[in-house]
Amino acid sequence: MDKAKSMMDKKGASGPFHVNNGQSQRGFHGHVVVAANGSCCSGNNAFGSSTGPNSSSTFENMHHLHRGEDAECNGSPAKRCRLRRRTESVRRNRPPFPWFGMDIGGTLVKLVYFEPVDITAEEEQEEVENLKSIRRYLTSNVAYGKTGVRDVHLELRNLTMCGRTGNLHFIRFPTQAMPRFIQMGRDKNFSSLHTTLCATGGGAYKFENDFRTMADLELLKLDELDCLIHGLLFVDRVGFNGHPECYYFQNPSDTQSCVKKPCTLDNPFPMLLVNIGSGVSILAVYSETNYKRVTGTSLGGGTFLGLCCLLTGCETFEEALEMASKGDSTNVDKLVKDIYGGDYERFGLQGSAVASSFGHMMSKDKRDSISKEDLARATLVTITNNIGSIARMCAVNEKIERVVFVGNFLRINTVSTKLLAYAMDFWSKGQLRALFLEHEGYFGAVGALMELLKTTEDP
Amino acid sequence: MAECVRVDSSTSTHTMDKSITLPPDEIFRNLENAKRFAIDIGGSLTKLAYYSTVQHKVAKVRSFEHNTKEAASDKLYEISVQEEVTARLHFIKFENAYIETCLDFIKDHLVNTETKVIKATGGGAHKFKELIERKLGLKVDKEDEMTCLIKGCNFVLRNIPHEAFVYAKHADSEFRFQTTHPDIFPYLLVNIGSGVSIVKVESEDKFERIGGSSIGGGTFWGLGALLTKTKRFDELLQLASKGQHTSVDMLVKDIYGGSYGSLGLTGDLIASSFGKSATADKEFSKEDMAKSLLHMISNDIGQLACLYAKLHNLSRVYFGGFFIRGHPVTMHTITYSINFFTKGEVQALFLRHEGYLGAIGAFLKGAEEDNPNQYSWGENYAGSSGLMSVSPDMNPMQRARSGTFDMLEMDRLERQLVNLPLLQDPSSYIPDTVDLTEDALAREYWLYCFEEALDGVVKRAVASQPDIPEATERAEKFRQKYRHKLQTLRHQPFAYGSLTVRSLLDTREHCLNEFNFPDPYSKIKQRENDVALKYYQKAVKSLEELSWEQRQFALVRGVLAGNVFDWGAKAVSDVLESDPEFGFEEAKRQLEERPWLVDSYDQWLERLKGPPHKCALFFVDNSGVDIILGVMPFVRELLSRGTEVVLASNSGPALNDVTNGELQILTERIAAMDPVIQAGLREDRLTLVQSGSSSPCLDLSRLDKVLAMVVRERQTDLVIIEGMGRAIHTNYYAMLSCESLKMAVIKNSWLADRLGGKLFSVVFKYEVPAGKPSQDSAALTPS
Repeated sequence: MDKAKSMMDKKGASGPFHVNNGQSQRGFHGHVVVAANGSCCSGNNAFGSSTGPNSSSTFENMHHLHRGEDAECNGSPAKRCRLRRRTESVRRNRPPFPWFGMDIGGTLVKLVYFEPVDITAEEEQEEVENLKSIRRYLTSNVAYGKTGVRDVHLELRNLTMCGRTGNLHFIRFPTQAMPRFIQMGRDKNFSSLHTTLCATGGGAYKFENDFRTMADLELLKLDELDCLIHGLLFVDRVGFNGHPECYYFQNPSDTQSCVKKPCTLDNPFPMLLVNIGSGVSILAVYSETNYKRVTGTSLGGGTFLGLCCLLTGCETFEEALEMASKGDSTNVDKLVKDIYGGDYERFGLQGSAVASSFGHMMSKDKRDSISKEDLARATLVTITNNIGSIARMCAVNEKIERVVFVGNFLRINTVSTKLLAYAMDFWSKGQLRALFLEHEGYFGAVGALMELLKTTEDP
Repeated sequence: MAECVRVDSSTSTHTMDKSITLPPDEIFRNLENAKRFAIDIGGSLTKLAYYSTVQHKVAKVRSFEHNTKEAASDKLYEISVQEEVTARLHFIKFENAYIETCLDFIKDHLVNTETKVIKATGGGAHKFKELIERKLGLKVDKEDEMTCLIKGCNFVLRNIPHEAFVYAKHADSEFRFQTTHPDIFPYLLVNIGSGVSIVKVESEDKFERIGGSSIGGGTFWGLGALLTKTKRFDELLQLASKGQHTSVDMLVKDIYGGSYGSLGLTGDLIASSFGKSATADKEFSKEDMAKSLLHMISNDIGQLACLYAKLHNLSRVYFGGFFIRGHPVTMHTITYSINFFTKGEVQALFLRHEGYLGAIGAFLKGAEEDNPNQYSWGENYAGSSGLMSVSPDMNPMQRARSGTFDMLEMDRLERQLVNLPLLQDPSSYIPDTVDLTEDALAREYWLYCFEEALDGVVKRAVASQPDIPEATERAEKFRQKYRHKLQTLRHQPFAYGSLTVRSLLDTREHCLNEFNFPDPYSKIKQRENDVALKYYQKAVKSLEELSWEQRQFALVRGVLAGNVFDWGAKAVSDVLESDPEFGFEEAKRQLEERPWLVDSYDQWLERLKGPPHKCALFFVDNSGVDIILGVMPFVRELLSRGTEVVLASNSGPALNDVTNGELQILTERIAAMDPVIQAGLREDRLTLVQSGSSSPCLDLSRLDKVLAMVVRERQTDLVIIEGMGRAIHTNYYAMLSCESLKMAVIKNSWLADRLGGKLFSVVFKYEVPAGKPSQDSAALTPS
């Protein structure tokens, strides 16, 4: 099968976890992006709404847009205004715009961008074109190239940070697109803005040298777990546009009456923080600065998607979840009742409990007749249950009752969130409560942004 | 989940030719006398257990009536060979494909059994229930799988030394056997069947499933089959052993470019299993995917096991189930995972007889009325196949074995065995001085040495039964069997636990017994005892003429010279064969002059100047000159000093070592000549006990319960161990909580060389445990 072609047919739905190399390259040579209206897109819609088959990489696009202006900026008036702006910012103990926080993970890059909305006329006038165009570009689009997405529904509006009011935007793109991103930074002459690029996640280390040599940019590298905790606590504090950031599931053990309920994280400590990205890290957090990494597992979001791709031929996280939502894992997994005919009473195990994940697949007949949807579902359930099981054990070992699950694995993934909520509740006999946060995977990036604001605040 | 895989017809695809013929003598031994059966049918293997009585010959000694006028017969005692019936447990493991053939065979040979029921366990028990009932005419009685597993596990841990081992892929010896802790509880058993069950075992009857996981062997198999289109579990493991997981897994360095230093996560660590298969539009090799899957599952199980071990504060974690079952690949990945997650605090332990646990447990459930747990049992090396490695690359012999039968036999020991109460730390006591599993040079030498000595042993065996014509044939069978064992051990030194000189000797004894040579040296012992007795009085008299200090030295030299008479040592047996007149005085001349190779005689002498010991426990060695002219005068001196003496000798024959039966007669005879010995016996200050062993070596953690009791009652404060087998091959480094004296003459030039000495070098090792300084003797010097 011609994969590149098939992806085109899917309306450019190359998702955040998956990039097709050939496809990306083609995409970067397209033409102008249709500016979206900025309306709230949620779930799957976000991935296909603005990028048509012929849409271009906006990174590339920006390069074209601003080439001329770059030349203008070399003139001395522009230099002067930039200098004045910086001085002013430093005087007010504020870093100069643009304000970015970046979290470069194994699969996804998460970018938060603070868009100031309280720009005075004077500022507006002094703002270099370069900076202005970044702002316009980011805020007027919801998709960037084939694979970049702005999660409009997560935008935090009218937020005050460091004395400025603005909107916080949440953008993600696959880590595979990093080279293009860095190239854009170079083409844009981003280094001339003299902003500090705060980055966390493994990619901050991996790509540090590329940023330096290709784009003349120095990264301020930050620890991903520090950022995660700072970002999480900040977003929880400011709330989600007047609503709580945090939620849980009421009646998790009953599929009929299980409902999502908002809540607050007042008195958040101690909490067990389970961050499910490509892999999983589990932290015991005792205060904003006192925490330890308890353990981690390599069976995470990357495993779910990786196995799904191999088993079903799917290509994106969205696709994998879509299939999983239609499947039935009991055709794949062996249950206790498949072995014992009912409950295994000697050990108090319910007949409906999974005895062996993929256990039915030992039989060739069953392998030959299984559907992709069932396989996707079983993969999702297996990974999710395993994370739940390890998290629960850690919570018991660390004597912590509140378990907070974050990370992009949980994005548009109610199957997993409900399953985790159920697993925590059931196996702990109601002792443990699973909590979730609306901004799932963005806390590291938010934490990085906060670090930017902090570094300049303490001279 | 714990259950073995229930097999769908499609998974057990490798059906065998049903018309196979079994080599019955080799496999279902003693079926005629079998009673009580149990069967454990797993996903691909069936394990059959039965109990039988074995008739075999034993040598008995009986004293002549010496007060009658039969002085003409200069024989001291008569030797008779009697039939004895002992109990044995048989366990046989074979592929499910053979089950029908095997059942037919059993039915045909089953004559004496009154059994009506067969205990069954395992996932396949249900499937074959009807077949078993029809073929054997026995009612199948199902037992809970986990209960059987735990019962079996307790049984092997208690009865088989070196049952548990640590697996170290890259070490000199892959298998590092553990000494069984005297208290086997509590422990964690992680059973990896199609799912995983984690069971905490606190006592014989108290265990609890504290957790588990659905990601287990079934996940590896099922998911692996989907990913690689490979049907069989073994093939999947083989694929995995050839793969590179780094092309499929996302490593820390793939994300960080290197390590994640602040968390101490190295770059090679897997950050996301299968993380790369989601991002690249490319094909992955079957091998790589299988490897990645194996790591994923092993790591996950290891992590859970560690979390549970930590929560329940347990440090002994045994792994079993079909996922493990002797597969080096999975043992390695599980070990790696446990080391990683506990930073070495918990060791992953595996069991040599892991595959038999269910069958053993089911059998024990059925045999509860016989109370098998009140006895001690010993692995019969002659009748057991030993641990096999299943990696095809590791050993070509292996391939030939798959599809054949694997056996374990355990003999019921007449006596219950316990620790010597005087061991300083029973949990760290290791009887053997050199582990030949780890020491390749020593292994090569000793295997060669035992092979060289084989002709002599065969000759001796034939000579011991001069009136039985078919003895030659049996001796030849013995030769073949033992030689085969030696060959197996050359390739798989780990087959029966740690390979040691002791295990080589014991294996030889087991093989001799197997072919009804219960005591090849009985006649030699008899003759030598006779001769030595004649010199006893003279020897005692000449000792009494010496000054106190001279006498102490002469007594020690006497024990050492006596110890030269050892048919187990080739250097000596060659001399003894060619020169029957080789005597005590010649032996004394052969001895090394002081200072000896190991020489703490001065400290011993100083000690003797102090107060007498309360009670000495003396582990004796050879018959003849050794016991009569060496040991007895020494014992006599101890008694005269006011020290009680407990003489511990073997329960059964081994080489020319004096047995308890023989020693009783000898002691009576000596008592008749020597008032000191007589008084000792009469006043109960000289006691004879049996060691519980039939080995030329000595395992102080498996001694007769009565011995342990006597030692405790008499407040024993001195342990004397004599001879190369007991004091050098074993116990050389044994730490006791009281004073100890280890005396031996090195009668093997290779060993002498290793220890820095030469042939007939002397080891005289007197030790006082730390914190118990030897007596200040100045004020107490006897006149």
